[in-house]
Amino acid sequence: MMAELTTPDVAIDGATVSEKPPVRTRGEIAKRGLSSPWASLVAVILAVVWTIPTAGLLVTSFRPSLDINKTGWWTVFTNPDFTLDNYKQVLDTSQTSSLTPYLINSIVITIPAVLLPILLACLAAYAFAWTKFKGKNVLFVAVFALQVVPIQVTLLPLLTLYVKLHLNGTFWAIWLSHTMFGLPLAIFLLHNFMREIPGELIEAARVDGAGHVTIFFRMMLPMLKPALAAFGIYQFLWVWNDLLVALTFAGPGTATAPMTKFLFDLTGSRGNAWYLLSAGAFVSMIIPVIVFLSLQRYFVRGLLAGSVKG
Amino acid sequence: MDVAPKLLDMVWAILIFGAVIAVILGLAALYEKRGGRRAGWWFVGPSLVLLAIGLVYPALKTLWNSFRDAAGGSFVGIDNYTSIFTNSDELVVLRNTVLWTLVTPFVATAIGLLYAILVDRAKGEAVAKAVIFLPMAISLVGASIIWKFMYDFRDPAGGTTKHPIQQIGLINQVIVWLGGKPYNFLLNSPWNTFFLIVVMIWIQAGFAMTILSASIKAIPADIVEAARLDGVGGFQMFRFVTFPSIRPAVVVVLTTIAIACLKVFDIVRTMTGGNFDTNVIANEFYSQTFSAANQGLGAALAVVLFVLVIPIIVYNVRQLRASEGR
Repeated sequence: MMAELTTPDVAIDGATVSEKPPVRTRGEIAKRGLSSPWASLVAVILAVVWTIPTAGLLVTSFRPSLDINKTGWWTVFTNPDFTLDNYKQVLDTSQTSSLTPYLINSIVITIPAVLLPILLACLAAYAFAWTKFKGKNVLFVAVFALQVVPIQVTLLPLLTLYVKLHLNGTFWAIWLSHTMFGLPLAIFLLHNFMREIPGELIEAARVDGAGHVTIFFRMMLPMLKPALAAFGIYQFLWVWNDLLVALTFAGPGTATAPMTKFLFDLTGSRGNAWYLLSAGAFVSMIIPVIVFLSLQRYFVRGLLAGSVKG
Repeated sequence: MDVAPKLLDMVWAILIFGAVIAVILGLAALYEKRGGRRAGWWFVGPSLVLLAIGLVYPALKTLWNSFRDAAGGSFVGIDNYTSIFTNSDELVVLRNTVLWTLVTPFVATAIGLLYAILVDRAKGEAVAKAVIFLPMAISLVGASIIWKFMYDFRDPAGGTTKHPIQQIGLINQVIVWLGGKPYNFLLNSPWNTFFLIVVMIWIQAGFAMTILSASIKAIPADIVEAARLDGVGGFQMFRFVTFPSIRPAVVVVLTTIAIACLKVFDIVRTMTGGNFDTNVIANEFYSQTFSAANQGLGAALAVVLFVLVIPIIVYNVRQLRASEGR
């Protein structure tokens, strides 16, 4: 397309202006958008521009800390000098600047914060999709509408509640918060998947005398795998990368704070310690990037469905 | 380091939670066996209780607090809202939020759409897409660190002719290479807000690209072929065939990015802390509520955020409905 834009005589008149040399067949014109070297060039430039910021910090994370603040990272192409010291330092548990406890916290926070809403939402979505009870439709619309509530609206009252219940500063505060914030999307997404399952299957099982609990475990769960993966990845990235919930509910120090909070604090207190920031940032990125690359397909589906959350 | 107890806590939490759910389902099964006809309540019950505690009650409480003073004590009417729309600091906050919400969606969507079209059915399409999409997978804090390093500024005045100051931020180095003077990107308003917006564009372009690419691929081949036989090519093909077909997806992408920008917090908090006139609603909410201890104003800001999100979502849902022909 870009190529067409750069040659306006062709772009405006398209194939109708056949007197313009060189004369091409219609098929060739249609194909041009892609095969044109201009289009490829623009795509490559965009790809390079999008990669450079990350690549720069990645290169920096392998440079000796003294060099980082003296010369730009691009000088490694003429003066290569690499080290693993920055990573050793951020992972060394004897250092106060160690990232490791926060890495553990991130894992401890994320696993239940993904499992809990999935389990709860499966049950609720099943009820909304395949059982009958009074006020079902009104409730479902209400749950759907809750997706738009910005979590800012809930933070202070929730914090007050956690303090009263002595949950503040524990992992429970963070687990419960992420579960509650994730539920509306999870219920909505799983409900849509469940509705696609043919009703005759459920009816047949009901006629055979199966209760809803049996149907749920024997029929629904096995069929739901793609939907569970879609929401699971979405929620995983959401929780792993979250800063707002962590800042609000995590306890002081290394007690419950995840890596995002540690990196955030480090940017504030030691904004020029690039040897720590760069290595730390990449330690925090590696897991989501692996998950993302291996399960990309499901992630896209989750993204599309979860576009209004937050 | 206390790794083991934490992991044990986690396992316990999952087990306790599983047990609670098992008991509820067991009761539901028992209830069904005795001829109960409304087993659905047992299934939705736990979720509804959590949603009521975690979303509905806090939202109403915040609405209530937004009409009260800083300590959440006496009733002050609409004073908090008045100060949001009259106080000069708050007006900067509103201005920046508007800038974020207007600029980011269109630029990110345009770039994402352009890229989706350029790499469509090209060699190495999957890799090319992953490169643009990868920023979506990392945290906004990580992205902020990456870009803070890009924008890094070293004052050249601190050097001597023998040992001039070397820039370590790539953008300033490029400026120096081109013969310009290094610039402190995050300091000067209002341009610094645009430099923060760049980070969001960098992240969201991948989202736009992925969704739009999927929808371009879903255009029926016979429509494209028919247009092609009629001699439609290049830009006309985009204007009369491609764009009308993906219009609903474009609306979803634009509104989704707009909502993300209304709520932007991590980037501003990490890169400038909201200083140098870069503050936005979500960050001002956090500062007022948790640092300045002004509950009333914080609550009002959260409510304003909520109210601003609603029309965008209503528009989004309407467009979806219209395109589904309902």
